[in-house]
Amino acid sequence: MTKLYTIKVKVNGTEYERSVEPRLLLSDFIRHDLGLSGTHVGCEHGLCGACTVLFDGEPMRSCLIFAVQANGHEVQTVESLGTPEHMHPLQEAFSEKHALQCGFCTPGFLMTLVPFLEKHPDPTEEEIREAIDGNLCRCTGYQNMIGAVQLAAKKMAARQEV
Amino acid sequence: MKPIPFEYYAPSSVAEALDTIAELGYSGKILAGGQSLIPSMNFRVARPGALVDLNNIPELAYIRPNGDGSVAIGTMTRDSKVEHDAEIKRRFPLIAEVMTYIAHPQIRNRGTFGGAIAHADPAAQLPAISLLMNADLKLLKKGGERWVQAEDFFLGPFMTVLEPDEMLAEVVLKPLPARTGSSYKQVSRQRGGYAQVAVASAATLDEAGRCKQVRMVLISVGDTPILSKEVSRILVGQKPGQEAFEAVAEAVAKGEIDPGTDVHATADYRRHLTRVLVVRSLTEAFQRAAL
Ligand SMILES: Cc1cc2nc3c(=O)[nH]c(=O)nc-3n(C[C@@H](O)[C@H](O)[C@H](O)COP(=O)(O)OP(=O)(O)OC[C@H]3O[C@@H](n4cnc5c(N)ncnc54)[C@H](O)[C@@H]3O)c2cc1C
Ligand code: FES
Ligand code: FES
Repeated sequence: MTKLYTIKVKVNGTEYERSVEPRLLLSDFIRHDLGLSGTHVGCEHGLCGACTVLFDGEPMRSCLIFAVQANGHEVQTVESLGTPEHMHPLQEAFSEKHALQCGFCTPGFLMTLVPFLEKHPDPTEEEIREAIDGNLCRCTGYQNMIGAVQLAAKKMAARQEV
Repeated sequence: MKPIPFEYYAPSSVAEALDTIAELGYSGKILAGGQSLIPSMNFRVARPGALVDLNNIPELAYIRPNGDGSVAIGTMTRDSKVEHDAEIKRRFPLIAEVMTYIAHPQIRNRGTFGGAIAHADPAAQLPAISLLMNADLKLLKKGGERWVQAEDFFLGPFMTVLEPDEMLAEVVLKPLPARTGSSYKQVSRQRGGYAQVAVASAATLDEAGRCKQVRMVLISVGDTPILSKEVSRILVGQKPGQEAFEAVAEAVAKGEIDPGTDVHATADYRRHLTRVLVVRSLTEAFQRAAL
């Protein structure tokens, strides 16, 4: 039997303490051990971006980090963004601009774009394309996502002014 | 779970890490950013018996400009830190430019500068750039330290002079001479994809506008990044120009590379790309040198 490690990790503001095998991926820990199935898993080798979460505030691939490495760190998943009643402005914009179809890739795009919008409150199309070059979507053709990010930037600026 | 079971060590100091890799020998592997190692473990292509995780050693992550114009980069410095560092941009604009070609933003937030060099992928940018600049590499093991130049570091695909009980600790980028321009040209299927072929060059002009010194590295066309000898043989002492660059491209494509065929490109296509990119890269490097 492989040795288990006890880890303490803060996910979406809640402290969790769990025992894990070192080979458990952070993506599987989030989905199976914590039951947060919003983080999706597509390729498990870093190509698709569906599993993107914030690790200490920075977007990273949760399929390329072991859960044991999250000990003492903070993780945010798509569940932290909003609720169906109170969506994040980026989620509203994705819905209004038809920036998703099947939705499989969406959590990864959102978790990549939320910190991007914080750093680039008024992004150009080129900057948006660069920001999402590590996320694959098989449905939308990306064009509506660009519009959604621009709309979200406007919404967020308007909220700041209030 | 995807990888096979392994033992996990998370040392909190360099000394402790060196002890651990010395004890583990061939069964241990260093875990840096994990952006190359974990994918191959997920496929069970890599099956290390134990991982020694360097992520809890803050003393291995730094960018330190030295007084002599060089910059020392700790092996665990994340790619995105190097990409956005103001001093790197000022002293080595080529490095800041090249970083944006490596994978994707989320991967650069985790992948490390030293990890990429130690990984020695012949299609990767940072081994090639370290060779272009003949960076000094600091290797540590329990009770010992040695410095190796990038020119002597790469042995083959994913093979370096690193011993199993050794760790790459620091990369020192030496200052570039005055009137030096550098350039990086790459062709890949999509943004962030591995290079089908890429060419990096650094050219220095003398006061009369002749080529004083030039280095060029070819990526993804052999077992390691390839440092061209033809380029300096043909160009040093000459006025740089299109005709001379084409002569270099011809000599390189005929004699210095050994491209393979895979699903991404045939050997012939890679040879063709090499000719085109050599000319483009040299043109830009000499233009920048003249600025
Ligand atoms: C989708 C995707 C696309 C990518 N595209 C590119 C690309 O276009 N260009 C590119 O260059 N890279 C690319 N990469 C890989 C790059 O992101 C990796 O970060 C890099 O190759 C390895 O760095 P790492 O820190 O992640 O090392 P790890 O994966 O942790 O380690 C890689 C190897 O080096 C060894 N090692 C690491 N650090 C040390 C050390 N200090 N001393 C001794 N040995 C050490 C490890 O034991 C392991 O064998 C891509 C990765 C992914 C997932
Ligand atoms: S599941 Fe992590 S990048 Fe595809
Ligand atoms: S909406 Fe279906 S993959 Fe993106």
